[in-house]
Amino acid sequence: MLVELTDIRKKYDKEVLKVDKLLFQKGLIYGIIGPSGAGKSTLLRIINLLTPFNSGTYQFMGRPLPSNGQERLKLQRKMALVFQKTLLFKDSVWNNVAYGLKARGFSRSEITQRVGELLEQVGLQELAFRRADTLSGGEAQRIAIARAVAFEPHLLLLDEPTANLDPGNIELIEKMIRQLNRTKSITVVMVTHNVFQAHRIAQEVIFIHEGRIVESGPTEQIFEEPLDPRTKAFVEGRMIY
Amino acid sequence: MSRLLEGFVEAFQLIIALDPALLQIVFLSLRVSILAIIISTLLGVPLGTLLGLKPERKTRFVNKIIFTFMGMPPVVAGLVIYLFLSRQGPLGVLGLLYTPTAMIIAQVFLSFPIVTGLTMVGIRAKGSEVEEIARSLGAGSALAAWTVVRELRIAILGAIITGFSRVVAEVGAVMIVGGNIAGHTRVMTTAIVLETRRGNFELAIGLGIVLLMLSFIVNSVLYNIQRGGE
Ligand SMILES: Nc1ncnc2c1ncn2[C@@H]1O[C@H](COP(=O)(O)OP(=O)(O)OP(=O)(O)O)[C@@H](O)[C@H]1O
Ligand SMILES: [Mg+2]
Repeated sequence: MLVELTDIRKKYDKEVLKVDKLLFQKGLIYGIIGPSGAGKSTLLRIINLLTPFNSGTYQFMGRPLPSNGQERLKLQRKMALVFQKTLLFKDSVWNNVAYGLKARGFSRSEITQRVGELLEQVGLQELAFRRADTLSGGEAQRIAIARAVAFEPHLLLLDEPTANLDPGNIELIEKMIRQLNRTKSITVVMVTHNVFQAHRIAQEVIFIHEGRIVESGPTEQIFEEPLDPRTKAFVEGRMIY
Repeated sequence: MSRLLEGFVEAFQLIIALDPALLQIVFLSLRVSILAIIISTLLGVPLGTLLGLKPERKTRFVNKIIFTFMGMPPVVAGLVIYLFLSRQGPLGVLGLLYTPTAMIIAQVFLSFPIVTGLTMVGIRAKGSEVEEIARSLGAGSALAAWTVVRELRIAILGAIITGFSRVVAEVGAVMIVGGNIAGHTRVMTTAIVLETRRGNFELAIGLGIVLLMLSFIVNSVLYNIQRGGE
């Protein structure tokens, strides 16, 4: 198992997340769906070790969370998170994509090679030396994903990676995600508002409502034969929230 | 009226002729204020970044102290430093009173809270977001903090330039701790006070013009950087 969460609870002013059991298996694409405020982003941040949780156990590749800062950083470096609100550094596109590689101390030649490859993959090589804050929304999102996968994480966490994009860019990004999953066997956990997108791309779907996992399972099952009436209402677009 | 006009004409002559007395004062002013702002930057930018990355509720008390010191009247700053450096003061043995070093200390005392406070405010707006992105990409604490500083460089530069403008133009503190000694601790602002009192308007006006030009240059640079950076 790549990630295993048990009895994880997260409180802000009130409890926003209460996960009894959540497993992510290596090599799959997971879709996390649920209404706004359900706790989807919070869950991704907890998995990425950006937000501490109040209680529960977290295991990565069968090992418990290290308490030592250096070890935690090592663990954190096995993952990447693309945030709901993308922010590229005010720097060149090239330097943005190279960031994670530099942080990990990759050699110059390796960085040059990988960044070049990735920019080609996302079809933006001609923008390498543009300031990243001058890109269009779709270009920026492609670069954000390229930046997150440059160092080939085991686990790629995506928070609404195609929100506010046009159909062309959505298709491009979905293709990218599938390809990364297939060719580099990166496990993907993708949060999306869009149930159709979850249907298209995920092998497993997790439905979160009010901080709890209502139902999870193979995509077909969640869409065709959901067990919980709330899941059924949500995937059919009838949930009022 | 003619006296004033005459003063202006002579002031321009002094500037154009690069009058040694005027230059000496200008250079001392710049040396003192630039050194002070460098020290304030080295101390204030890291501290402001650290504070700006903490949640506001955890730094409320420190905020109040910094904001109070940001608005400190220069004469009060001068008085405090004077008391420390005077012969009976705790640092009296160093013999720093009425030296450029004393003026630098006083100006650090004035500009450090400004650089720290404005850096903190600038970082608070977007710093934690940048820090999180850096960490999500595998940055350790040091690299994450450096990334925050780089990303918010415009706001930080604004903090530094504001601090510089404040100290280069203040009179009270340098007057008290420097003593306005000709050729030794006389800077532009204190010279203007003295020459005006003596009725030597040409030098006073000349220095006033230099101060204004300096302010114009510094603010144009800031303005261009801010426009270019957005
Ligand atoms: N830093 C925080 N402080 C206080 N409350 C927070 C914080 N972050 C999130 N919350 C609360 O936790 C709950 C879950 O938020 P979260 O961002 O995880 O929802 P989400 O499922 O991602 O929603 P959306 O689909 O709108 O992005 C919300 O009620 C939110 O207000
Ligand atoms: Mg969210």
